[in-house]
Amino acid sequence: MAASTTSRSTTGLDLDIAIRVEGLSKLYGDVQAVDGVDFAVRRGELFGFLGPNGAGKTSTLNMLTGLARLDAGTISIDGIDCTRNPKAAQHLIGVVPDESNLYPELTGFENLCFCAALYGMRRREREARARELLAQFGLAEAADRGFGGYSRGMKRKLTIAAGIIHDPPILFLDEPTTGIDVAGARQIRQLIAGLHDAGTTIFLTTHYIEEAERLCERIAFIVRGRIVRTDAVAELMQPTRDRHVLLFAVSSSDAGIVEALAEACPGCRVAGAGPGRIRVEADAPILIAPLVRLLEEHGVEVTEARQVRPSLEDVFVEVTGIEAGAMQKDKEKGGKGGGAA
Amino acid sequence: MKQWIAFWTILGKDTRSYYLKPPNISWGLLFPLAWTGMFFIRSGSGLGDIVSLLPGVVTVAILFGTTSVLAVTVTFEKKGRTFERLLLAPISLELLMLAKTSGAILFGIANAAVPVVMAAFFADLSHVAWGIAVPAVVLMAIASTFLGLFIAVSVSEVFEAQTFSNFFRFPMIFLCGLFFPIAKLPIVVRPLSYLFPVTYGADVLHAAFGAENTMPLGLDFALLGVFCAVLFALSLHNIRRRWIA
Repeated sequence: MAASTTSRSTTGLDLDIAIRVEGLSKLYGDVQAVDGVDFAVRRGELFGFLGPNGAGKTSTLNMLTGLARLDAGTISIDGIDCTRNPKAAQHLIGVVPDESNLYPELTGFENLCFCAALYGMRRREREARARELLAQFGLAEAADRGFGGYSRGMKRKLTIAAGIIHDPPILFLDEPTTGIDVAGARQIRQLIAGLHDAGTTIFLTTHYIEEAERLCERIAFIVRGRIVRTDAVAELMQPTRDRHVLLFAVSSSDAGIVEALAEACPGCRVAGAGPGRIRVEADAPILIAPLVRLLEEHGVEVTEARQVRPSLEDVFVEVTGIEAGAMQKDKEKGGKGGGAA
Repeated sequence: MKQWIAFWTILGKDTRSYYLKPPNISWGLLFPLAWTGMFFIRSGSGLGDIVSLLPGVVTVAILFGTTSVLAVTVTFEKKGRTFERLLLAPISLELLMLAKTSGAILFGIANAAVPVVMAAFFADLSHVAWGIAVPAVVLMAIASTFLGLFIAVSVSEVFEAQTFSNFFRFPMIFLCGLFFPIAKLPIVVRPLSYLFPVTYGADVLHAAFGAENTMPLGLDFALLGVFCAVLFALSLHNIRRRWIA
């Protein structure tokens, strides 16, 4: 893992590591929510923590931010050992939870000022910062409206603003676009990218594969409380670079048709990809015309044949063994659209 | 310094959001007034005797004023996840909970003042020993507030907080020596009386308002202090065990 090559100071502290976690474990009753998790996040990095619902993402994040006790392991944030004293580094971190935790009875402006005061900011400083963030997040006009009356997307944006009110060098984002409409999710992703560009270290948990692929520099796949792979997105995608994938939209995708295609195209991996769809994958370019002819000979009507770029989803499925369908169900549970936009 | 900015902001916000809301102001005024009137009518005595009712109504006003609001608001904030925002702030849990409870303590003291102010219009309060009455009221408000906090962090739902509060409050009222002298309670019940902080507060108030106290006042104050410390420590323990699990 790249993190192991980072430099250490003479005191043994990692100079360019913002978050280091070793052997982190958490047991809830009989359920091992987190099981020996190790990772390191570099300063200024946008690190993705990707896994299906119930994989242990939020449990890990809660331990990192001091909202849950750890059963085993160590946590170090900005070189501060937070294993026994999670409060030690709370001034350095901002946290945006998966659901809003602001006061519905306060206005957007009051909520931000209140959160700023929790970090010891003085009145003039916190009011100026609140106004700056309201403008940056496009919420200036709603500043004096009660937070309880905000739309879901506005609530999400204000919750992110509250998380960065004290300008923390490290930001934890838990499922930031879940349940947000497509336009709102896109706007939030732009805000996250902007924070990253400004040098903030970001730890992002998500079950939206496309979101992780689009935003993150490195990603850890977590399944059933264990990290199964951690790598840079480019490295994760490397094995798929020379892979060629064709997707056919057809009138029938039954097993007989799939088998016939596989026989006609040696070296290709052919599989049904949902109703009316066949996926053909090979390590060399695939000729479309013979396959279309073959399908037509079998009485199958081909309405579309297109080349698709292998995605991080393919890598995730390969590495974790979790079907993309299962993640899709998670997405649907999570809300409409956010990750796919 | 930074932690104190957080402390005052939390206290100010809670005061505005909960304690200065019309329903709570009316509760804080009407409830002690109703209790005073009820006790007064029941006693059948003249206006001059209203002072003898004050230890009872002051105690009840503090107990209900503090526990009712705090137990509900903390449970409500936990449920709505806004309490999580406070736990993420770089302030110690001790200071955070002091900030959350200070509003209720002040509310309890204000509640206690209502029947006293009302009595001042009808009776001579010049003989009241304010030097012990005021510290007793403050300590009772703190102990009752921490009892409310203990209740709040022991339950998950808002309705449970109310039910659990009554589980403590009503036995306390009847067994703390306000309605019946503890010496006249059945012998098997008597030890229970000494498990409640209000028993010691009521004893001090009896002395302050001219009646006889049954225990040394130093012991009353010391035990009230112990109740405050133990209830606060138990509440923090429960928060760490249940809410930062």
